[in-house]
Amino acid sequence: MLTTDNSKAWMKNFANKIDEQKDELSRIDSIVGDGDHGNNMSRGMHEVIEQLEIQDPQNITEVFKVTAMSIMNKVGGASGALYGTAFLEMARASRESEELVHMLQSSVDKLQKRGKAKLGDKTMLDTWIPVTEAIKEDNLDLDTIHLAVDRTKEIRASKGRSSYIGDRSIGYPDLGALSSSYLFESLLETNGIL
Amino acid sequence: MKKIINDPSNILDEMVSGLVRSYPQYLKRLEDTFVVARNDSNKTKKVGIVSGGGSGHEPLHAGFVGQGMLDAAVCGQVFTSPTPNEVLAAIKESDQGQGVLLIVKNYAGDVMNFDIAKDLADLEDIRVEQIIVDDDISVEDSTYTQGKRGVAGTILVEKIIGAAAQNGASLDELVALGNEVIAKTNTIGLALEPATVPEVGKPGFEIADDEIEYGVGIHGEPGYKRQKLVPSKELVEELVAKLDKSFNGLENKKFAVLINGLGGTPLMEQYIFANDVLNKLEEKNVQAAFTKVGTFVTSIEMAGISLTLLELTNDEWLDNLNADAQTIGWGDTSVK
Repeated sequence: MLTTDNSKAWMKNFANKIDEQKDELSRIDSIVGDGDHGNNMSRGMHEVIEQLEIQDPQNITEVFKVTAMSIMNKVGGASGALYGTAFLEMARASRESEELVHMLQSSVDKLQKRGKAKLGDKTMLDTWIPVTEAIKEDNLDLDTIHLAVDRTKEIRASKGRSSYIGDRSIGYPDLGALSSSYLFESLLETNGIL
Repeated sequence: MKKIINDPSNILDEMVSGLVRSYPQYLKRLEDTFVVARNDSNKTKKVGIVSGGGSGHEPLHAGFVGQGMLDAAVCGQVFTSPTPNEVLAAIKESDQGQGVLLIVKNYAGDVMNFDIAKDLADLEDIRVEQIIVDDDISVEDSTYTQGKRGVAGTILVEKIIGAAAQNGASLDELVALGNEVIAKTNTIGLALEPATVPEVGKPGFEIADDEIEYGVGIHGEPGYKRQKLVPSKELVEELVAKLDKSFNGLENKKFAVLINGLGGTPLMEQYIFANDVLNKLEEKNVQAAFTKVGTFVTSIEMAGISLTLLELTNDEWLDNLNADAQTIGWGDTSVK
């Protein structure tokens, strides 16, 4: 079950994982994009951690709202907009129900609308959708997450920046799907949520 | 890379600061933001008009802030969309209770970040609508865009919308007008030399000394064809042929004509190109009811030019293009 404390812990774990994987994200981005995804995400998550400390939110809605606003206002571009959208929708949905599945499903729906993408378009949704389904079935594990990311390696990009380099994107995972996998690995590692 | 800059990471801050301090009669900067807003004393009650996007396209968009055009412009980092909080600040500054229209060029980052700002404004009970400019007919689905890109035609949209808002049009009327104008606005361009983003430090693409590329985007996105450089007349021939196709024929129609330098092409060449365009249009019995030539929507120092045609299916659009404006980019019609 989500609580204010474990939500904060989840975001901290995510920030740490992004920092650990920053160079790998940037390395892949330098091949399929403009090479800034790792640094941008790291800058955004550092802001999240700082703002969670400064603003010290006292409920789940506020935790995800602070997270969303920090990312949106620090990362910029399409990835800032999409991660910001995802967390802002979790915040909004948490006012209806603090069930994680409800919040994630709302985010998936909103991401599909805002990014005009669906499963298999080589976007972050390729991680978010199977993970959300697995949580519904109560069987999320590392394999599910890794398999979801691996699947994006075989897809030619049709959305976003990597769509322009076309076939060169084959063989590399989608960066949004990969950075999202760190979000859900962090979820598994945070005690008491699932 | 040779540029008149200081620390590349301070470019946006120093550029915005220099701009507003040079033209305080038109512009001010909202504190702690990269939002440039009107600073004149002629403000009337009307729908707020806000545009913005990545920087590197000067004078777009901040140069078109002023009476008769935009109320505020949001400046992003070079070739990077601004963030939603900055857009929200521009919306709040521009809202006078009649809502705010966002004019957005069709790039994924811009569209999403402005869309989020719209959601944030909704939470604060400010009515916001968004129109998306996608006038570039050269290619579909490029580096940062699904569909067509938004380029120089944006300033014609901003001018017509700005004048209509000044005349008291409602937000709904402006959305409808904007979408009609966008549907009749087509642009195509070509590049001679690439631009260099300061923080990247190397040119966005490579091209041989004697080559040109048709259809390059304003962020250096790939175009549709490369060939040896040919005389201006032949460049015009190619571009007009493409525009002819996009309008299902130009003959006997009435257009506004915008010739736009991409940053590194001197006015001398722009006027030569304009002369050839006007000859070509005359030959086709096309009426050029409005013409404008200059450097308006740039790609830093890219050498190249674009040609925009706006079919004037409604006489009011021409009135709006000719209406008073007081901006540094479009000009100041009150200065005689």
